[in-house]
Amino acid sequence: MRPRLELRGIGKRYPGVIANEDISLSVLPGVIHAILGENGAGKSTLMKIIYGAVAADAGEILWNGELVTRHSPAYSRTIGIEMVYQHFSLFESVSVVENIALTIPGRFDLASLAKRVRETSDRYGLPIDPFKSVHRLSVGERQRVEIVRCLLQNPRLLILDEPTSVLTPKAVTTLFETLRLLAAEGCSILYISHKLAEVKELCGSATVLKNGRITGSIDPRRASTVEIARLMVGAAPPETQRTPCTPGRAAAFEVRNLSVPADGPFGVSLKDISFALAAGEILGIAGISGNGQTELVQLLSGEKRAPEADMIRIAGAPAGKLGAAARRDLGFAFVPEERLGRGAVPPHNLGENGLLTAHRKGLVIRSFVSRQRMREFAASIIDRFSVKTAGPAAMAQSLSGGNLQKFIVGREIGLKPRILLVSQPTWGVDVGASAYVRQTLVDLSRGGAAVIVISEDLDELMEISDRIAVMSGGMMSEAIPIDEARKERIGELMIAHTAAAA
Amino acid sequence: MRKFGSVLALHVRPRAEPSRRMRVAAPLIASALTLIFGLIFFAALGRDPVASLYAFFVKPLSSANGVSEWLLKGSSLTLIGLGLAIGFRANVWNIGAEGQFIIGAIAAAAVALFAPEMPSYVMLPLMFAAGLVGGMAWASIPALLRHRFATNEILVSLMLTYVASAILSWLVHGPWRDPEGFNYPQTAIFPPSAMLPAVVEGYRVNVSIFITLAAVIAAWIFDERTFLGYKMRVGGDAPSAARYAGFGEGQSIWVGMLIGGAAAGVAGMAEAAGPLGQLSPQISPGYGFAAIIVAFVGRLNPVGIVIAGLLLSLLYLGGENAQIALAMPSAVTRIFQGVLLFFLLGADFLIFYELKWMGRPP
Repeated sequence: MRPRLELRGIGKRYPGVIANEDISLSVLPGVIHAILGENGAGKSTLMKIIYGAVAADAGEILWNGELVTRHSPAYSRTIGIEMVYQHFSLFESVSVVENIALTIPGRFDLASLAKRVRETSDRYGLPIDPFKSVHRLSVGERQRVEIVRCLLQNPRLLILDEPTSVLTPKAVTTLFETLRLLAAEGCSILYISHKLAEVKELCGSATVLKNGRITGSIDPRRASTVEIARLMVGAAPPETQRTPCTPGRAAAFEVRNLSVPADGPFGVSLKDISFALAAGEILGIAGISGNGQTELVQLLSGEKRAPEADMIRIAGAPAGKLGAAARRDLGFAFVPEERLGRGAVPPHNLGENGLLTAHRKGLVIRSFVSRQRMREFAASIIDRFSVKTAGPAAMAQSLSGGNLQKFIVGREIGLKPRILLVSQPTWGVDVGASAYVRQTLVDLSRGGAAVIVISEDLDELMEISDRIAVMSGGMMSEAIPIDEARKERIGELMIAHTAAAA
Repeated sequence: MRKFGSVLALHVRPRAEPSRRMRVAAPLIASALTLIFGLIFFAALGRDPVASLYAFFVKPLSSANGVSEWLLKGSSLTLIGLGLAIGFRANVWNIGAEGQFIIGAIAAAAVALFAPEMPSYVMLPLMFAAGLVGGMAWASIPALLRHRFATNEILVSLMLTYVASAILSWLVHGPWRDPEGFNYPQTAIFPPSAMLPAVVEGYRVNVSIFITLAAVIAAWIFDERTFLGYKMRVGGDAPSAARYAGFGEGQSIWVGMLIGGAAAGVAGMAEAAGPLGQLSPQISPGYGFAAIIVAFVGRLNPVGIVIAGLLLSLLYLGGENAQIALAMPSAVTRIFQGVLLFFLLGADFLIFYELKWMGRPP
């Protein structure tokens, strides 16, 4: 059979980085083909090249055996290539069908388009109400809108970039059924992921990328997990070593009946959140993003103040009305999910970025910055956490996501906190650095700190937490001890309070 | 990263890192383009472009008196620019230095006019303090409104400039008008004890340039060495990171506005107690606005601001000379100021993006 898509020797360079080099692969009609690789392996760049959003520096693209000469997203759509991006591009304030109408060529006829949307969504088991406003949809539903939008064009090749990162386990199952049906009808699918289990379950062939190059072309159903992992990272990462948890008796950090109304129409209001944790334990907070985590993190960190001082207690002292700096003075430290611009100042060097929160550790002498101590502090973090960088004089923005995260985690741990809050510790961080960050968090808690980890990655939370609570619709469940935590139960809790259970 | 766009075969794309070389080169490129603009501009007006540029940029500095004037004006512009830059680096946009300059001049004049008996060594420090406090007080209004009510300090500080102008106008037309001044709208001449001594006898450049020099050093230390200066830079470069670290926005607003106001107020005092020796409605030839350009052309960096202050001062002198020698309108100065800022902002694009010749388009 003639391949639907064939790539020959595709290459793409950016200043200082090789995104893709000598990539050749072919995808047959009706096949679900996985592109596997770590963050930064070059998967997204390759997909954008196939879709025409980025021009390759070298190589050829063949579509049904014919050379594609002038490529662009518009051309892709005319020949039947559709792409669902990892980050959706929907207008929140208008309805589903209006969003879809914007990208469909031809006459603007909402009534007939709504009918087609209904037909397509029913046929593929992706129920959506065409007249609902997008801002009222859950993340899973938004993804359905994006997929239905593509399906309306009768694609011959559908590209999905990390589609399950925002879905509950149950929604993943539904998505897979849809994709299998689509493939059975002859549509080829390129499925980008770094989750091995999913790829083994869904895909019939796979190309593994590492540092922009192909390290293997495999049948994921036959290859072993260890084998694939080795192709992805070079060596299998160590598993987190978790010693038994021996929590202290008094609560190191406590939240009591925290209720805060939503900030604007697209915010989430927090409803009666209570939890406590002691020194020496890790509390994991699971949940699909957009269920109040962003709001909660700002309130816990002091970037926003709580309505009552008593709603948040640090080591027994009311802290709800304290600002971020005052909470840090009480031994609180925090790693935010956005590294550039929040956890670090992009155009400042690592020395200055250490100063950002470590100034209270003797780096400032009588209102003057001690530049020597500043450099020494940064150098010690770089050394202790193996941050790959030229040194304390390197700009924060010159570091890769994983290395900057190591620096920020290192800086916050370097403050010797009594309480550490970490949001999305391994977002966009490669497997090796992720394993290191997780182990560091466990070690910190076992050394006597109270650690709160908020993450979308349930596997990660299961690996390091002592108890897991789940956020849904601005509410938080009871924390479940890890021995009793079951993935299915947590999945149910994730959607317990969402208006539209995905 | 994606391809940003392309015109013919010239591709524009984001740089991996902002270019440090371009950060320095951009003001030079902008100055060169301004000169080229000048050539075309004078030619279009039917003047000999080379002779005009000579009259504009070289002639003013060809005499000792010219150099004295150049330093005098450059000193005021630099001082105000230094103060403004401290706020600008923290995203605090004080656009009202002109008004703070006027209030500083009024406050200093009040000391000179109502306590004329004091000896010079009491009088001048008192006038200095009055100018400083006057400028700060005027700047504290937008600071307070921004801090308490989140009003936009750009609008408030700008509008207060016109209020300050009106106050000055009322004073010199009314209660402070010199009774022996033939009804001209101006105050009495200050007593000699209220005049800043000249650096060189016979020339107008006075000891206020030492105040500016001290301010350059102080601004550099503040920016590069103090924790407060660091916190303000964080607030400007990454507001979310400042919130994350718990650096209060209020502090940046107050410090940024007050330092800017203080510098402008002192410059106003130096203008009143220096070359003028009295108050008149035209106390400032737009220094407070030109200093905004100075701060940006100088890259908000103290040393850069000195160079930019001297450049803008030259534009003022060139404009005056062009009025006399070439019979051009005084608006020429403001045209050159505007064109310089325009080209600078344009050249700044190259700090973040690079142009690449990609051969023939496909």
